[in-house]
Amino acid sequence: MPPLIGGIFFMDLLIFQAPILMVQASLDGILLGILFALIAYGMALQWGVMNIINIAQGELVIMGGYIAYFMYMTGIHPGFGIIVSPIIMFFVGWGLYKLVINKVVDRDLFISILATFGISILTQQLMNFIFGSDVVVAQSNFGTTMLFDGMVTLPNAKIFAAIVSIVFAIGLVAYMRKSKLGRAIRATAQNARAAKILGVDTEKVYAATFGINAALCGVAGSLIAITFTLHPYVGLPYTVRSFMIVIVAGLGNLPGVALSGMGLGVFEEFADYILGTEFRIGSVFMLLVFILVYRRFKLSRKREYLK
Amino acid sequence: MKIKNFIITFVSAIALLLSTTTISLAKVVGDKIILGAAVSLTGKYSTNGEHTKNGYNFAVDRINSMGGIKVGGKTYKFDIIYYDDESNSGRAAQLAERLIKQDGVQYMLGPYSSGLTKAIAPVTEENKIPMVEANGASRSLFTKGYKYLFAVLSAANQYLEVAIDLAVEKNGGKPIKIAMAFEQDAFSQDVRIGVVDAAKRTGSKITIDDKLPKELNDMAATLAKVKATKPDVLVVSGHSKGALTAIRQIAEMKVDVKMLAMTHCDASKLAKQHGKNSEYALCAAQWHKTLSYKDKFFGDGIKYDKEFKAEFGYAPPYQAAESSAALLVWKDAFERANSLDKDKVRDALSKTDMQTFYGNIKFSPAGQNIAKPMVLFQVRCEGDKCENKVVAPTKWAAAELVHPIPKWSDR
Repeated sequence: MPPLIGGIFFMDLLIFQAPILMVQASLDGILLGILFALIAYGMALQWGVMNIINIAQGELVIMGGYIAYFMYMTGIHPGFGIIVSPIIMFFVGWGLYKLVINKVVDRDLFISILATFGISILTQQLMNFIFGSDVVVAQSNFGTTMLFDGMVTLPNAKIFAAIVSIVFAIGLVAYMRKSKLGRAIRATAQNARAAKILGVDTEKVYAATFGINAALCGVAGSLIAITFTLHPYVGLPYTVRSFMIVIVAGLGNLPGVALSGMGLGVFEEFADYILGTEFRIGSVFMLLVFILVYRRFKLSRKREYLK
Repeated sequence: MKIKNFIITFVSAIALLLSTTTISLAKVVGDKIILGAAVSLTGKYSTNGEHTKNGYNFAVDRINSMGGIKVGGKTYKFDIIYYDDESNSGRAAQLAERLIKQDGVQYMLGPYSSGLTKAIAPVTEENKIPMVEANGASRSLFTKGYKYLFAVLSAANQYLEVAIDLAVEKNGGKPIKIAMAFEQDAFSQDVRIGVVDAAKRTGSKITIDDKLPKELNDMAATLAKVKATKPDVLVVSGHSKGALTAIRQIAEMKVDVKMLAMTHCDASKLAKQHGKNSEYALCAAQWHKTLSYKDKFFGDGIKYDKEFKAEFGYAPPYQAAESSAALLVWKDAFERANSLDKDKVRDALSKTDMQTFYGNIKFSPAGQNIAKPMVLFQVRCEGDKCENKVVAPTKWAAAELVHPIPKWSDR
């Protein structure tokens, strides 16, 4: 039997023979998705407000992770990274805005992609220079939660990561609704010129938005340090994933970001069981293409109707 | 007219440039034999590139201080021209070209990693420049019929074959069930080929054969399958990231297997980073300091380890040891050829049959070292301190293999 067919046949059987794996896959996918959604939150925010696609998103995440790792190396529990990392990263984001982003913010999308791509290369090399090119991990020693007689295992570090992500996401939404700066950010996102006329300091709003995005990346990064691995050059998958989540959710749709994050996470896990690990990431991209085509199709029908 | 003038100036400038470079063409300067190497000093391989460079330099200093190389009654010393290939294969190929064409290097040392060696080998081959490499283990390096490539290390497909044989032996010679997870890159897939061959040879069954995408940080799905199918051996190979991810998630998910065989345990500092969670992992390595090979330059592995540490401030990983061994091979070949002619040296290289502190070295017609077996070590902990102990081949075993691995509930 050719290995591909054999693989599909076998895995098919496995997930149906052991339905408990479906529980495992769903929970794994949801936990994974929530963490990615947090990164996508930041991206959606600054994309919506500043119309910038930040290619360096993943590098900001990894940088945040290294902050938690640095704390771990000095003997502090890496879990505290979720407090320290966003504070430092906020200022990193603010600084990046003042140095680079403010020069490209009202130019076209291509320029901003190039600029953030440059930032991404620079930060990679910088992190390589400071932390070395070894793959590193930080230990949380949180243990494991066992369900169904040990058949389903959930690492507490991942549960911790999901809870922290949810808390930060809710906090962000509340902040956007209630605070003065939050209102200013939303106003700027709707119409930057009008906001400026009404006395909003858009320059400050942009800097704060980029800072908040970097801070969210910092939180996510310190969670990744205790759940996955860190390496100066592994940022790109996080950029791509958050980009996808935002595309699927649509701009300015923050609850949608959370849902699409979890949805893609679960889809990816099931693709792994049914199609095999090698098709896992490919199938997510296939889904993305499908969604984009479907959206276009739906939009064009709407346009025809309007005519 | 202007354009014509411009072309003339341009062409003569190039001619001038070429003539000056031909003057600087030199394989031997004074009493120095010049070797060339492109090594990753920046970029993602920079850590291992550094090990490679330190290994080369350590051996050069040692050979030079112990009398150098005697060719045709004259004593020479080694010197190496280094360039930084930035961990980029395109750059590595360019630099090899530059070393050969501009710097006139006639003897090459390999870069770090299979990928970069693959990029350089066509260049050295085309220019008929012999290269002794110590850090490219990919099987495909030895299937292209290269005549000028010599590798002192064992090929990637040999990495974990031993582990499968060992598992079958522990199972009373009966076939076993194997679960595998390999990253989708040239090296890991070569390791996979070796395991598949060993499975066929022993009649063992492969129950899971996952190919992990390079971008993947999460092996939870693979490990859940392993948990459900209960294989005898779990084989994982995916560079440092794969090794660290696997141990983290195996411990988190409490996956019980009788044997866990991996690669890159030492490169990823597994025992240090994961401590007790990495205990009982079985790892393939090219070299370990406790092996009892000897040579007159470095003594044995223990001595090499000690002196390297004194010089560079850290214990030598096998990447450094095999790099040092490459220089010993060069010295031996020059003296046997008794000539500096690159083709005569190449022929001498192909007849190499020697022992170094790193292991025996003898090349197959394809340039692969066929005289040195891989070693397996197991991570063992005493209290919180975890160490790699050699368990196979039994001739050098410093500790008995713990098999099967105790269940997580008993640990």
